[in-house]
Amino acid sequence: MSDSTTITIEIDGKSIQVKPGTMLMDIADDNDIFIPRFCYHKKLSVAANCRMCLVEVEKAPKPLPACATPVADGMKVFTKSPLAIAAQKATMEFLLINHPLDCPICDQGGECELQDVAMGYGGDVSQYDEGKRVVNDKDIGPLIETEMTRCIHCTRCVRFGIEIAGLQELGATGRGENMRIGTYIESALESEMSGNVIDLCPVGALTAKPSRYTARAWELTHHDSIAPHDCVGSNIHVHTFRGLANRVVPKNNESINECWLSDRDRFSYQGLLSNHRLRDPMIKVDGEWQETDWNTALEKVRDTIADTKENSGSDQMGFLVSPSATLEEMLLLKKLANGLDVSNIDHRLRQVDFSHQNQQPKFMSLGLPIEALDTIDAMLLVGSNPGKEQPIIAHRLRKAAKNGAEISLINHRDYSLSMPLHCQLTESYTGLVSLLAEVAQSLPGFNATSLPQEAKALFDKAEPGEDSRRIADSLNNKKISAVVIGNQAINSPCYSLIEVFARALAEQTDSTFGYLTEGANSTGACFAGIAPNRKLGGEIEDRSANTTTMLSEPRNLYILHNVEPEYDFADPVVAVETMIKSDCVVCLTPFISDDMKIYADILLPIAPFVETSGSYINIQGKIQSFKGNTPVENTQARPAWKIMRVLGNLLHIDGFEQLSSADVLQEFESELSAIKADNQANITEVCVLDSVDSKLLRSSQVNMYRVDNITRRATALQKTPAGQEDAVHINSNTAAKYNLNNASRVRVKQNSTAVGMPLKIDNSVADNSVWIAAATNVTKKLGPMFGVIELEVD
Amino acid sequence: MRAFAQIIKSLFLIELLKGLSLTARYFFAKKITIQYPEEKTPMSPRFRGIHALRRYKNGEERCIACKLCEAVCPALAITIDSEQREDGTRRTTRYDIDLFKCIYCGFCEEACPVDSIVETRFFEYHFENRGEQIMTKKMLLELGDQHEKQIAADRKADAPYR
Repeated sequence: MSDSTTITIEIDGKSIQVKPGTMLMDIADDNDIFIPRFCYHKKLSVAANCRMCLVEVEKAPKPLPACATPVADGMKVFTKSPLAIAAQKATMEFLLINHPLDCPICDQGGECELQDVAMGYGGDVSQYDEGKRVVNDKDIGPLIETEMTRCIHCTRCVRFGIEIAGLQELGATGRGENMRIGTYIESALESEMSGNVIDLCPVGALTAKPSRYTARAWELTHHDSIAPHDCVGSNIHVHTFRGLANRVVPKNNESINECWLSDRDRFSYQGLLSNHRLRDPMIKVDGEWQETDWNTALEKVRDTIADTKENSGSDQMGFLVSPSATLEEMLLLKKLANGLDVSNIDHRLRQVDFSHQNQQPKFMSLGLPIEALDTIDAMLLVGSNPGKEQPIIAHRLRKAAKNGAEISLINHRDYSLSMPLHCQLTESYTGLVSLLAEVAQSLPGFNATSLPQEAKALFDKAEPGEDSRRIADSLNNKKISAVVIGNQAINSPCYSLIEVFARALAEQTDSTFGYLTEGANSTGACFAGIAPNRKLGGEIEDRSANTTTMLSEPRNLYILHNVEPEYDFADPVVAVETMIKSDCVVCLTPFISDDMKIYADILLPIAPFVETSGSYINIQGKIQSFKGNTPVENTQARPAWKIMRVLGNLLHIDGFEQLSSADVLQEFESELSAIKADNQANITEVCVLDSVDSKLLRSSQVNMYRVDNITRRATALQKTPAGQEDAVHINSNTAAKYNLNNASRVRVKQNSTAVGMPLKIDNSVADNSVWIAAATNVTKKLGPMFGVIELEVD
Repeated sequence: MRAFAQIIKSLFLIELLKGLSLTARYFFAKKITIQYPEEKTPMSPRFRGIHALRRYKNGEERCIACKLCEAVCPALAITIDSEQREDGTRRTTRYDIDLFKCIYCGFCEEACPVDSIVETRFFEYHFENRGEQIMTKKMLLELGDQHEKQIAADRKADAPYR
């Protein structure tokens, strides 16, 4: 029964209804008919250069490549006829001519596509006795090892660079026998998704450098998990070798990460194996650190908490929680805080502007499914660099941009997103709000009456330029559009103003408004009420307390969950000082550091992400649970939710009887299934802009490989060019203004802090501002991420 | 009739003499008993005794940590850890054989792509303490060095049949 939209073809005698124009390979795959292939990949364009998928087609004089042959009505295809098999065997023989016989030392051995196909189509004896081709290996960075002699020139890696990463770094030079895959000029791959070429490579030419030669494919046990470093929640398989994480590979999930994975998610597992792991509970006695057992440590924590509550009041306790903690940990922490009558609890560690916190939506989300980004027509991203912050989001946007979507950016710096951009505007962090006002101003019929006073004043002052008009037009005219504010907008001192304008723009252009947040579980933190003004369940109440007020006057007791104050706060110096001034700091942490030994008083080892079970709510509001794996040997580390349960019991608080992490969620099942991530809010309270005219301003972004305590200890990531970023970026105009054009090092002063750093003239940075990455080993000694800064030649 | 034959047989001790004749035959035949350990039986070059790890002539260990022996071992007696050595080659950091688990099947030897792990003719060994049954990489390499001449000769003798 064929209608006008389908035709009938026959593969190996099986009659199949298909859409005209589909390639034979896709149909065979859909119908479980195996055709060998090397260059074909479902997510990449068709190259048809390996010739392994030759099949016989009736009436065709020669075998045809299945990957590049569109179907025609009545086509009869034979994938296993003598002609097809002979063609495939001949191709295989040619491919094996130059492939070295080094399978025993090749990391791909055991999971190699060439090995597998050679088992089916290779000859048992080689007729070839000439010399084999040998190719020099390339050094393409600390993540990917090359063994180019093994390359069979399928060009998947080259096509990945062009089509998926958007950055052509690998290419083919020469022809035939002399063809070489490489970077041409020796350099490390810079794409934040470069690790995917390891999965794509059908042979062992590109393999993972950190896990090189450590384990064979057949020795690994795989565990499903969720990547914990960004709000996307990429699905991953963690491969463990004798209980230790050995590598991470993507798990296919078409609605989130497809078959890709960012390098950060792929290589962060190294942090788990760091020798900074905290093995036993430790307490500081008279300034000396002592290892102790769990009972002593937990009783000490209980006594401290009870003591503080009785003598100084609940207000003297503060809970600071990583936005990447699991939902279960957050829920129990909130229960603990509620039981102790503590309202000082927060996950918004790098946020500084809390003016509108009581008017924010119940859940912060992207406002639309991640998958829907592919088909968006126009988007305005404010204060966001998804390429470094959420690489999978950047990949989705790149896909949309290639299909003609107009992606515009308003940022502190020109971020190269490796995609065609509609418009990119840059300004210092205060100027950024004016840019938004300009876009609003250029929107025909923009209704400014609903804007708060501060915003209205900016709106009236705005003089839109050509670019802001183009942005306004693209939002206004395109059918599916969105305005999204990112990590840097959220961390900006003008967050509330940015949000007001972004919301107004979205509302008046019928666009979706959304957030891209920090950590893996910010949305979960909203649900668990990890903020002074949120209740368990996400409901907002009127409170003025926040991270800043918690740190401004040191409390007697701080409980830090998975947080390192020297890196994880907007102003690391203030955070560390506050911790030192506090009477007691309890750290629930998988790692110990020298800084921690100074400010902490009790250290409780917790199991990090591969080793504990839990759930994350990603930015589209999807709850994803994962199981724990066996903990690392020789450590007393326990899943944090268990520690909190015991603490709850020790403190005689109700509701801590859970036997598994799933039990914790069970209690909130109905609320969780009812999560509506619509971002609805009406914001009227905004911050007052400080007058910073003619001052040099610092803007910043958290270094992509230093976002949390695990990535900071992932050694290979730290060796990449992005991981070593520690320069002061300034554009040439501004440098000239401050006579810094010839300086190579500068002394950076911010508030009462000062450090020496290399200077880099970089015209991507906005005028009158400098850009310095946050959370690095140098900038941990520097003031807040955004603020007034002074530079002088060092 | 049968009863009569039985009586004759037992009267003339036929069965006994039959048995004694066998005894006598062996009493005067050439003896095959050997005086172990002073004397030893001949051995096939394929004899599967204790394991050894071989080296190339230049002193470089043969083993490339491919872990095929570990994978093929039916008794799970082999444990290998590997790493990239400083010169970039793939090498073992640990190569343990548990001789209590080993069933001396010789699969490891067959699986080895570089003729590194071999089973030697040496089979006379004992352990006095718990834990001594684990042959480490160092011990295996020493055994290889010690018996290399014999090992090489055996491989050569068997080569035409492989």
